[in-house]
Amino acid sequence: MTSTLELVNVTCAYNREPVVRHISLQAHPGEVLALIGPNGVGKSTLLRTMARLMRPVDGSVILVNRDLWQTSAREIAKQLAFAAQSNDVTWAATVEQVVALGRAPHRGWFLPLTAHDRQIVQKAIELVGLEHLRDRTSTKLSGGEQQRMVLARVLAQEPSILLLDEPTSHLDLKYQTDILSLIRHLAHQEGLTVIVSLHDLNLAAIYADRVALLSDGELAVAGTPTEVLTSDWLSQVYGVPILVMKHPLRDIPFILPNIDLSEKVENDTESK
Amino acid sequence: MSHRRFTLYLLLLMGILLATLVFSLGVGAVSIPPRRVLNVILNSAQVDRDSTDIAIVRDLRLARVLLAALVGAGLATAGAAFQALFRNPLADPYIIGASSGASLGATLAITLGLSWGFAGFGPVPLAAFLGALLAVFLVYIIAGSSGNSTVIGMLLAGAALSTVLSSAVSMLMLISNESIHEIFAWLMGGFSGRSWIQFWSSGPYLVIGMALLWLCSRPLDALSCGDDTAQTIGLSLRKARGGIVAAASLVTAAAVAASGIIGFVGLISPHIARMLFGATHKRLIPTSALIGAILTLFADDLARTIMAPLEIPVGIITSLVGGVFFIYLLKTREQGTRGGP
Repeated sequence: MTSTLELVNVTCAYNREPVVRHISLQAHPGEVLALIGPNGVGKSTLLRTMARLMRPVDGSVILVNRDLWQTSAREIAKQLAFAAQSNDVTWAATVEQVVALGRAPHRGWFLPLTAHDRQIVQKAIELVGLEHLRDRTSTKLSGGEQQRMVLARVLAQEPSILLLDEPTSHLDLKYQTDILSLIRHLAHQEGLTVIVSLHDLNLAAIYADRVALLSDGELAVAGTPTEVLTSDWLSQVYGVPILVMKHPLRDIPFILPNIDLSEKVENDTESK
Repeated sequence: MSHRRFTLYLLLLMGILLATLVFSLGVGAVSIPPRRVLNVILNSAQVDRDSTDIAIVRDLRLARVLLAALVGAGLATAGAAFQALFRNPLADPYIIGASSGASLGATLAITLGLSWGFAGFGPVPLAAFLGALLAVFLVYIIAGSSGNSTVIGMLLAGAALSTVLSSAVSMLMLISNESIHEIFAWLMGGFSGRSWIQFWSSGPYLVIGMALLWLCSRPLDALSCGDDTAQTIGLSLRKARGGIVAAASLVTAAAVAASGIIGFVGLISPHIARMLFGATHKRLIPTSALIGAILTLFADDLARTIMAPLEIPVGIITSLVGGVFFIYLLKTREQGTRGGP
């Protein structure tokens, strides 16, 4: 099943302080939409809103012609899965048991899992490359392994919409590319709608079909990587000079900071 | 752990519980060897019809021992549920005010010399039962009205209400000099003088509550992963929390009504079960219950014997042994693993 997720003029607030303002955005089946922008710009808030974890104070989130908040959590969970950024793994169950929880929206809260469910769980574990750690206690995994386990749990949900908040933040280069390739494959081959927040602009350039650049809680611009990842936009939004070149091997932008190292370092160590 | 191996361990644990039950029936002022206890229970021809052992085992000890096992199982189950709900390894059945509510109820009943009962409960157990439920209900309402993060809200409201109710209990104890000993003995918890009346009045709530919590195994698994994860896999937090708090509090209130406040069993049993059998609640709930029952039986045996013929409150034993054991657990636990359930 394929689904479109649509944000209509969404405003979100913590304690009446708006964090995200008037954002309208659509994510379509078969595409990877990357959310980018500086720290604290509202990427996570926006993803939490799309995941039905936070109710917008204004505007609406529409999933297949229905408002997210007019639909039960269980109905949403059958179609939409969310992997949060902080993978604060607190449940000392095995990897397999954690991933199996992803079947809950389909199997319900009281029925035992079927052989079919078990198969899907095994496949999800294999997709993220954790089959050798299947029976390991999840709290004893490394940060990167936990992140992949959470991704497997999300995949076991068999969603048509996948929301991922910084899914590669704890991963080394190999797993960054493995996981993002997997996500892109799921979008392109199986028609999933993928919305992913990314820190690394070059990863966004390589893997995203469309990019939405957030600036101070508002949508600055959305479009293809070539349209959005320009020196002008990025320098303006990130507040540092950023150089955008053509990728040496492919027809995509290649981004690097344009910092003059001879300059004195000021109170600007925040940007990573 | 494979399904088959777990089933084997579960049967083993049940065997240990049965053995402990038989052993406990023989312990007390009159010591009866296990073989004779078995003969008495199984109504063997080798036992005289009017042997005093029959009276001691069947009329005096059987109800007490079964009640102790059931209360221990209930406290352990409620502890496991609250540890999952609050994602807090230090949570116990009393964490949201059940004990202080029960204490105030029981203290009021004792000082006012109430004499009415209901549904098999005597005045003190009934007041304790209602006090516990009322306190938890209040905590739930206070937390619900305080905004979004109701888990933390419940912990805070529980702590606050406990303080208020405990001071009321202290006040009542000061005012009523003559019943201070009775109140104190009740607060320490124990099975002294408990019989079939207490067993049949509390038992059903304990069994039903435990069964409900076992049914909620998967929601408890989900809640252990955090509220966000639980919600995004489709759990209605409000319903799940409400149901689990209600079932766990019913169990706790029934346990407290039957035997006063017995500490530590509800805290350490789930930890032992989790170390041995893993963290999924489908396994954790029944194994915690069995371990809680066994521990409580041994604690009651000790309470009956170490200062015989004087019986000491079982809560003193569980807190002493349980506290030391808990320190041992914390010490031996591997460094570096986070202590969440």
